[in-house]
Amino acid sequence: MSESPVTDRATAAAVAGPAASPAKGAAAGPAPGGRPHRKVRTHLPGTPWLFLGPGLLIVGGFSLYPFVTTVVDSFTDRRTLVEGQYVGGANYQELIHDDKFWTGLRNSLLYMVGVVPLLVILPLLLAMLVARKIPGIAFFRSAFYTPVVASVVVVGLIWVWLLDDRGLVNSMVTGLGLDRIPFLSDSTLLLVSAMLVTVWKGLGYYMIIYLAALANVPRELHEAAAVDGAGAVRRFFTVTVPAVRSTMVLVGALSSVAAFKVFSEVYLMAGPGGGPGGDDTTLVMLVKQTGTGLSGRVGYASAISVVVFVITLGLMLLVLRANRKEDS
Amino acid sequence: MSTAAEPRAERRARRRAARAQEFGDTGGRRLPLWQLVLRYLLLLAILAVMIGPFLWQLSTSLKGPNEDIYSKTPQLLPSDPTLDNYAKVADLIPVWDFALNSLKVAVTNVLTNCVGSALAGYALARMRFRGRKVALVTFVMAMLVPVESIIIAQFMTMRELQLNNTLIGVVLPGCIGAMNVLLMRNAFANLPYEVEEAAYVDGANAWQRFWHVALPSVKGTLAVVAIFAFMGAWDDFLWPLIVLSDQEKFTLTIGLDYLHGAFADNQRLVAAGTIIAVAPLIVLFACLQRYFFRGVGEGAVKG
Repeated sequence: MSESPVTDRATAAAVAGPAASPAKGAAAGPAPGGRPHRKVRTHLPGTPWLFLGPGLLIVGGFSLYPFVTTVVDSFTDRRTLVEGQYVGGANYQELIHDDKFWTGLRNSLLYMVGVVPLLVILPLLLAMLVARKIPGIAFFRSAFYTPVVASVVVVGLIWVWLLDDRGLVNSMVTGLGLDRIPFLSDSTLLLVSAMLVTVWKGLGYYMIIYLAALANVPRELHEAAAVDGAGAVRRFFTVTVPAVRSTMVLVGALSSVAAFKVFSEVYLMAGPGGGPGGDDTTLVMLVKQTGTGLSGRVGYASAISVVVFVITLGLMLLVLRANRKEDS
Repeated sequence: MSTAAEPRAERRARRRAARAQEFGDTGGRRLPLWQLVLRYLLLLAILAVMIGPFLWQLSTSLKGPNEDIYSKTPQLLPSDPTLDNYAKVADLIPVWDFALNSLKVAVTNVLTNCVGSALAGYALARMRFRGRKVALVTFVMAMLVPVESIIIAQFMTMRELQLNNTLIGVVLPGCIGAMNVLLMRNAFANLPYEVEEAAYVDGANAWQRFWHVALPSVKGTLAVVAIFAFMGAWDDFLWPLIVLSDQEKFTLTIGLDYLHGAFADNQRLVAAGTIIAVAPLIVLFACLQRYFFRGVGEGAVKG
């Protein structure tokens, strides 16, 4: 349910390691040893459904059913307190002419473009820095992971205070004899500040993913390159980068999906209205604004939700395809 | 005889070599001193960026009313440290009730996720039955639907169930995560089947095999599910923001947002509130950090 780059789902997958990735396992069928050898049933007929029941009920009732109603509602004029009538593609037509929608789409896409390159590169460099086992390194690894653990609300409020007109960062800036920087009142800078927070919070998380990947790089490759006279920079591009390329794709995928759906950072820093003139509203913020409250336009918000879903799914498929090409 | 006879020293040396290989980045050679110093300097600089903001917040929360928190030359150590801000924040908003609500939600989330996903994961990995593929596909599909894109429909579903503005409504949608089910399924699938065969021969039924044989072997994955279920629930913002409307039912994240909105001009109070929210998690993290980094070790072993 969290909407930071660090969704609990994604985190669990990363921690369990690449081999435990359920998506992969599911595609490849049961793992060896997972399928019972014997042909006979080793349980009473109804038992599996007793075991599966609660899970299917929750997942069906609170993920799949709402998904279906989202799609259905997007073709109606349903409101919070009013039953909906079928209106065809009217909501989608309205979207095309809705400036707010385009602002939201632009901001969500901008967020992705701004955040993803940093989250692909910086955590890799960080991982290389903490990969070497030197005394005290466990402490540094844990410390760099702390922002991941802290709630996005806490992190957001900490940075609101740091970037305030009279906050720590600005008192340093003015201390250097420069003018105050309006991090939180200029609509462009506000979005950039929120991106900064997302990157800061995500660094440790992606660092851990890279750390696992780096541990799998055969040392012989580095040694061979070193013998051939390759310097550190050269070795980085000829050995490290190719070896962790698939991890870079994974990090790019996770971070772009998360960045596109950004809500909390911008909501906290810009306020519910989305900054000056609503210029910083993101797509998910728009979903919340339109769809909730007593006069919430559920149908219209559902249409925006469908757009969010389609773009997210598109991103995931794009990455899957890139990944498959690499494997072959 | 041969395995037991392996001299202890030899075994230790082998283990040490394995450990040295782990995380070796640019060859196993020892670092020159200047490189080591440079590394530590870099590490410390990054440490300041990653931890500094938390310390600044802690410092602000401890500063007394007569101290200038906007001073031109920032003071990290409060000159007049006080816990008044924490008492005041508790007077203005029921921050301890918010924390209790968050705790209720998080603990329930941990229990339901552990039990529900272990049961379902076991059935998917270890039982033969008609419809297993369908069940598996159901969970995979649920995993692909982003929460953000169904949040309004979830809200309407809760309205129909009359669970809006209740903590049950906060818990329900995430109480068994599809991702966790698939994680547990993989954990069970990786156990050798022979382990359970013996129990089966002894006449244990599916439940007994699950509870006494399989479950104890996947404690590690279960711990991962538990930790992330707790953090996910404790940190969640968007869903409680939509579901909850009465202040007395607020969770900490929503309470903080309210505090920030209502008392924005008193930074000391907001700071105290955020410290109350983040401290338990940092303590929990410090205690359980080896589980957080489990994946790294696993990756190294697989090498």
